[in-house]
Amino acid sequence: MADVTTQKPTSLQDLARAQTSAPTATKILAENVDFYYSAFHALKTINIVIPDRQVTALIGPSGCGKSTFLRTLNRMNDLIDGTRLTGKITLDGEDLYDKRVDVVDLRKRVGMVFQKPNPFPMSIYDNIAYGPRIHGLTNRKKLNEIVERTLRGSALWEEVKDKLKASAFALSGGQQQRLCIARTLAVEPEVILMDEPCSALDPNSTFRIEQLMEDLKKDYTIVIVTHNMQQAARVSQRTGFFLRGEMKEFGDTDQIFTSPKQKDTEDYVSGKFG
Amino acid sequence: MSTTLSSPPNLLAKSTGNVAGRKLKNIVMLTLCIIAAGLAILVLGLVLYFLLSKGFSSLHIRLFTQLPDNIDTSKGGMAQSIFGTLVLLGVSSAIGLPFGILGGIYQIEARGRFASLVRFFTDVLNGIPSIVIGIFAYAAVVFPLAQRTHGQGFSAYAGGFALGILMIPTVMRTTEEILRLVPFPLREASLGLGATRWRTMWSVVLPAARGGIITGVMLALARIAGETAPLLFTIFGNQLFATHKVAGVSVPTLTAPIDALPLRIYNYSQDVDPNHNAQAWAGAVVLITLILVLSIAARFATRGNMQEEK
Ligand SMILES: Nc1ncnc2c1ncn2[C@@H]1O[C@H](COP(=O)(O)OP(=O)(O)OP(=O)(O)O)[C@@H](O)[C@H]1O
Ligand SMILES: [Mg+2]
Repeated sequence: MADVTTQKPTSLQDLARAQTSAPTATKILAENVDFYYSAFHALKTINIVIPDRQVTALIGPSGCGKSTFLRTLNRMNDLIDGTRLTGKITLDGEDLYDKRVDVVDLRKRVGMVFQKPNPFPMSIYDNIAYGPRIHGLTNRKKLNEIVERTLRGSALWEEVKDKLKASAFALSGGQQQRLCIARTLAVEPEVILMDEPCSALDPNSTFRIEQLMEDLKKDYTIVIVTHNMQQAARVSQRTGFFLRGEMKEFGDTDQIFTSPKQKDTEDYVSGKFG
Repeated sequence: MSTTLSSPPNLLAKSTGNVAGRKLKNIVMLTLCIIAAGLAILVLGLVLYFLLSKGFSSLHIRLFTQLPDNIDTSKGGMAQSIFGTLVLLGVSSAIGLPFGILGGIYQIEARGRFASLVRFFTDVLNGIPSIVIGIFAYAAVVFPLAQRTHGQGFSAYAGGFALGILMIPTVMRTTEEILRLVPFPLREASLGLGATRWRTMWSVVLPAARGGIITGVMLALARIAGETAPLLFTIFGNQLFATHKVAGVSVPTLTAPIDALPLRIYNYSQDVDPNHNAQAWAGAVVLITLILVLSIAARFATRGNMQEEK
């Protein structure tokens, strides 16, 4: 297995092979991605292969560019003035930054769960129905179905089934975050991006969301940013280590945590810095 | 006490001195603030007291139910003025709110030159005296309307137009400020689900800001409800309900002269008839009450919103 950062891959296939020990389909591929906030160079020549239906963890010290990278995958960075991206990111082989790509379609396919739970100021039911509704679904029965299925999917159904009309703000932080996951599931994305989804949660809620990820990866490709080393080790199959805007190392989670190839990675995962 | 400590006596002694000075400063400033706040309340209290002592005795249910009685001026009321003020508030809302609210949204959604130009001009507009807006409404609405209808041109349209213009800057500014307060993550969540910016604004941001926007609107209405100067050029005033029938139902006539509370108060207070003078005071009480109700409603709208966003 080669190290991407020290050895330039010659083709996409090589890159895919280089980063994969078990053969899995590639969902997202980033090639030589550079990203700028105006003059600030936030991501430097990122190459990464995100496998289909697995959990990929991104770790690294604060400010290294994990969130920035995650947000390039559904073009959330487009919302910020003065940002610029070079290189190429593909989803199932399609260029995300092609002029013809409709960000609305893209974000439907690549959903996002944020660090702080951010439910809408409406009922639990309406929070989940929001996504399907904006994409044109009005059938009450189908909406009911989606609400129940996604709430079950996010392990929240039993707790809220009797108060679907209650305000989402009446839920605890952990419940709100699971609601936000259900809301993301409701638009049936293919990829779910999670930016430190558990950092505002207690250990019990964290545990439940980790379990959830285990279930979800059967159907979804998950990319998670986390500061919690144990969490990365527990939930992910692949791990990428970011440092100062570069991706220092990317590989199987086991390998990153047990036999990292880079000194920086070793220092970081063993808790020497960050 | 400080002398018994050996190592940091200076520090302690010095800081004690400072503390005394700071405390004094604190007390002086606090007292000044209390006096200023007290004076503000006192002025409001005096105005209300003066108004009530003069106007309360003439306050009568007639005021709300009857038209002026020109034979016996001690009878009669100003129902047409109250009616007119409500009609004018409606017309000015219809003109001012769309521009104010959409303009506020535009300020948030569109960044760049034109947006800041718009903001600059609304600030300027905010500074234009209301009498000038009245003259403008006379030239822009009253005069053309008179020519087209061969009537007077003084009308609810003209008055509402002037008051609507006066509303725009306030409504636009508060809308913008309230929308800016809606947390960005809420927007992100919606956009992240694939919603367009327009949909996000309509379904998430505006509902979250609803209470604040309503407050802004109420305060703007409260402000224009008492405007008199622009009405002098635009509505003329009358002593009847300005209505006509459409399919058997009475509806306000927007193209004919109409009355309004501030104008009626102004006219009656200039009058030689003491009965009219007394009614002017009573009318002022009614007007102040209307404005107070709008202001209090504004407070409640905000409170509901806060609870929701908690
Ligand atoms: N909107 C922005 N404008 C300018 N610079 C930004 C912006 N957002 C992030 N940055 C900068 O880009 C760098 C990477 O930020 P990013 O948020 O991706 O870090 P991170 O790895 O997610 O950190 P953390 O673990 O603290 O969340 C930081 O140096 C940050 O200051
Ligand atoms: Mg981050």
